[in-house]
Amino acid sequence: MSRQYKQICCTINGKKREAMVDVRASLTDLLRNDFRLTSVKKGCEVGECGACNVLINGECFNSCIYLAVWADGKDILTLEGLEGPNGEISDIQQAFIDEAAVQCGFCTPGAIMSAVEILNEERELSDEEIRIRMSGHLCRCTGYENIFRAVKKTMLKRLEAKK
Amino acid sequence: MYDIKALYEAESTQDAIRLLQEHPQAQIIAGGSDVLVQIREGRRAGVELVSIYGIDDLRGVCLDETGAVRIGSLTSFSHIAASPIIQEKIPVLGEAVSLVGGPQIRNIGTIGGNTCNGVTSADSASTLMAWDAVVEIEGPEGTRRVPIREFYINAGVVDLRPAEVQTAIIIPKESYEGYFGNYIKYAMREAMDIATLGCSVNVALSPDKKEIRDARIAFGVAGPVPMRAPSAEKAAKGRPVSAETAEIFSRAVLEDIRPRDSWRAAKAFREHIAVETAKRAFEKSILLGGGVISEQAV
Ligand SMILES: Cc1cc2nc3c(=O)[nH]c(=O)nc-3n(C[C@H](O)[C@H](O)[C@H](O)COP(=O)(O)OP(=O)(O)OC[C@H]3O[C@@H](n4cnc5c(N)ncnc54)[C@H](O)[C@@H]3O)c2cc1C
Ligand code: FES
Ligand code: FES
Repeated sequence: MSRQYKQICCTINGKKREAMVDVRASLTDLLRNDFRLTSVKKGCEVGECGACNVLINGECFNSCIYLAVWADGKDILTLEGLEGPNGEISDIQQAFIDEAAVQCGFCTPGAIMSAVEILNEERELSDEEIRIRMSGHLCRCTGYENIFRAVKKTMLKRLEAKK
Repeated sequence: MYDIKALYEAESTQDAIRLLQEHPQAQIIAGGSDVLVQIREGRRAGVELVSIYGIDDLRGVCLDETGAVRIGSLTSFSHIAASPIIQEKIPVLGEAVSLVGGPQIRNIGTIGGNTCNGVTSADSASTLMAWDAVVEIEGPEGTRRVPIREFYINAGVVDLRPAEVQTAIIIPKESYEGYFGNYIKYAMREAMDIATLGCSVNVALSPDKKEIRDARIAFGVAGPVPMRAPSAEKAAKGRPVSAETAEIFSRAVLEDIRPRDSWRAAKAFREHIAVETAKRAFEKSILLGGGVISEQAV
């Protein structure tokens, strides 16, 4: 049969975007192929690993199991959107580097986007809560402790700065 | 790319019903966390889909005019857990759905999808069963309501007729008022794992908190569909709040359940954890209800 397309309009990393999407595409396909946002990784592609995690209207979603057509009207944030005006990386990215929470790096963009969702709440989460909130990510390298430390450190730093 | 033959996006429930009538082969996709994975696995490859994901009217939790808790079928697990109404009236449901998958799955997965897929391990199912939830369905013939116990027919089969859409899950006031409950998910991992067994218990105590006025219990993965354990319920009803009652109650579940051997766990092991989780969830429910379990010898 002839392929089915839909015109969508959404915000990606703060910019209004339009795209003609194939209804069979996942949001991962759209972000990687149409917008070259390759921080969005293709890991398991069945929602298990979190490598493709992005924020949609402020909430975390595994973009591999999210249809691209559903992005219509949504506000999407990927790791690329954390970049500062002069190309600086954000505090949470720096914390991942400092705490050695990155090894091969494949899980890192997804994990950082979950951290961003946590940090946006601007409140102090317990260790248990942080672990639960980061539990949708598989990391085959770091053993998770360093990721946990990077998130906690950034959370405390930001809360301290607000005082 | 997913192997999807065609996608029709519904703008309203009526629109979804119409699309389902026009395309009798089409299947509903809500959050897609079951459907898309099954397409990927090839089990539903080449399907026509009617997407109901955009129907915002089906989202949200409210109290209806009768005081019943009404959960729109498209409400995500994380929104259910965050709802003040759920936290006040049926906190155990919020706790149960917070054990689904991981955070991202709880943002996309819907309670409608969790019940319509007819899966025995669904983390919302045993709690909905144990609280006598009612399923609201809209279709070409109008709206009907079915007790969730009748909604589940067999593994993967629920009472949905052609072109019908589940629109809400309702917990009537008499089902929640005065009840306190606890859900235990037994799994190998604390996140991103399917239940080996799920057990949801709730009790209503007498005004002096010394007697079990009513006890309800449901299991997931103890049979092909989520199921109640009526023998255990009968055994506990009217008995004093005591360690002995907890023992009698939890032993009695073996008269009702019929778990099977699977790669996840053996039947004998499932029976063992069914008794143990029933006891723990029963004791926890009593504590939540303000009861004190006397330590008399069993
Ligand atoms: C990585 C991963 C981990 C998971 N972990 C868990 C877990 O721990 N516990 C658990 O219970 N589940 C788990 N799931 C399964 C899944 O997330 C849930 O079952 C979820 O509730 C499905 O909802 P959905 O909206 O995504 O359903 P969909 O995939 O859209 O639909 C599921 C089924 O229900 C039908 N359907 C959906 N909504 C309606 C409606 N309103 N009316 C009529 N029919 C409808 C669809 O046709 C389909 O057959 C997991 C899934 C993934 C991918
Ligand atoms: S690639 Fe999406 S969760 Fe693994
Ligand atoms: S750093 Fe390699 S998977 Fe996490």
